[in-house]
Amino acid sequence: MGDPQADRVVPPSGYTAQLTVFTAGAMAFLAVFALALSVSTGRLADRWAAELAQSLTIRISAPAAQLEAQTQATLAVLQTTPGIADARPLSDEEQRALLAPWFGADLPIDRLPIPQLIDVTEDGSGLDIAGLRLRLQAEAPGAVVDDHARWRAPLVSAAGRLRSLGWLSLALITAATAGMITLAAGAALAANRQVIHVLRQVGAKDGYIAQAFVRRFTLRAITGAAGGAALGMLAVAVLPSTDAAGGFLTDLGFRGLGWLVPATIPALAGVVAFLATRAAATRTLRSLS
Amino acid sequence: MIELDKVAYSYGGGELLTDISLSLQPGSFHFLTGPSGAGKTTFLRLMYGDLQATAGQVRIAGHDTRSMTRDQIAMARRHVGVVPQDTQFLDHLRVADNIALPLMVSGRDAGDAQTNLDQLIGWVGLTGQANQRPPELSGGERQRAALARAVIMSPDVILADEPTGNVDWEMSQRLLKLLIELNKMGKTIMIATHDLALIRAAKAHVQARVLRISNRRLQLAGADL
Repeated sequence: MGDPQADRVVPPSGYTAQLTVFTAGAMAFLAVFALALSVSTGRLADRWAAELAQSLTIRISAPAAQLEAQTQATLAVLQTTPGIADARPLSDEEQRALLAPWFGADLPIDRLPIPQLIDVTEDGSGLDIAGLRLRLQAEAPGAVVDDHARWRAPLVSAAGRLRSLGWLSLALITAATAGMITLAAGAALAANRQVIHVLRQVGAKDGYIAQAFVRRFTLRAITGAAGGAALGMLAVAVLPSTDAAGGFLTDLGFRGLGWLVPATIPALAGVVAFLATRAAATRTLRSLS
Repeated sequence: MIELDKVAYSYGGGELLTDISLSLQPGSFHFLTGPSGAGKTTFLRLMYGDLQATAGQVRIAGHDTRSMTRDQIAMARRHVGVVPQDTQFLDHLRVADNIALPLMVSGRDAGDAQTNLDQLIGWVGLTGQANQRPPELSGGERQRAALARAVIMSPDVILADEPTGNVDWEMSQRLLKLLIELNKMGKTIMIATHDLALIRAAKAHVQARVLRISNRRLQLAGADL
């Protein structure tokens, strides 16, 4: 990138050098997490949408004497309904487990008027929910179909917003990196006025002078970002896995080829540094004319 | 190569130079003299496009510096060697690298010009200091390094601003000798100085034209020199 000789005319040391490397490294580290958040929430939203869209629950509320008959009638309707892969009444133990968080584990479920739940799995070929409701209304009046749409939508929406927040964080990190590098480059250019004066005196074009600073800062940003991204990826890699702990937060990370995405952060930092330093150099050199 | 036509320069509301016309003939030797603050440095800076005239025209190789872009001025400076009064270098580079700086910024490979560079460093007597850093040089060595840097691109014109201002008599004679040698090679030389003894010493070896800035105007100096 650029003329390696041009790099030599910029004094090698200075606090702006360390500042640029550190800023790029810290921002890259944060960018890895923002990226992981975006990727993971995107994955979560897709999974929730897919899993919940493929299942529904039928609740049968009927007098105890009719409950078994309506359950059988409902199952019969479900067996002849296209688009259904499986339909299974929940056992008393399963229903007790569902209610346990609210009523305790010793709930005498057989003595309470608890509705019967049927877990239905779709086969993905398309289920006519409205048609099913009409048939159940005729065959089992106590059956109510819950396709989960009411609570699936806000979950998917929440995951989508989290994903957006992740991307917004990435954009802010990118902008903050550009800002910090612009400041560092501006400070370096201001501190090297004498160098610029000498270079102009010996016939250097402003493009050459700008290139020298741009090259220096771009390489520093890439170096810092590579270190920060590597540390960030390592930190994400050692997070507990879903299998071990369960839950969304432990699923934060990348999978398979997804690891290539954070590996592009140093290149992105290089592009940001290149543009930011070039803008700062052009502005400073113009002001020194 | 460099022409000034009714040039004026104002700064801070006051006119520093006025109605100055001059044409440097190839191979000529000029001294520019005048009291401190008369505008000698400003005059030289106008000549190499570091300042823009507020009236009149400064032409380098036929081009009006006011209509030249920064890049065009940069290109023009490669044909005008400048030895500034305050000799500034890139302190993190070796003396040899500083002398080769004009080659570096013009994209020429210093490696190809290494023989010329070595000869030039030897010519100004800095072979022993080539690998030192500029802050390690004495005043006279800095002036000679600046002269070597000014001539490495083999410019047509060399402008030297008080090149002997901070050196002893012996060193000033040595620098003058180098400038006279350059003139004998066909280079156009202009030296700004208030050192009349230097001018008298030079006139013994070279046909020099002595100009004086007085009352903001350029005049041909009298026979008292």
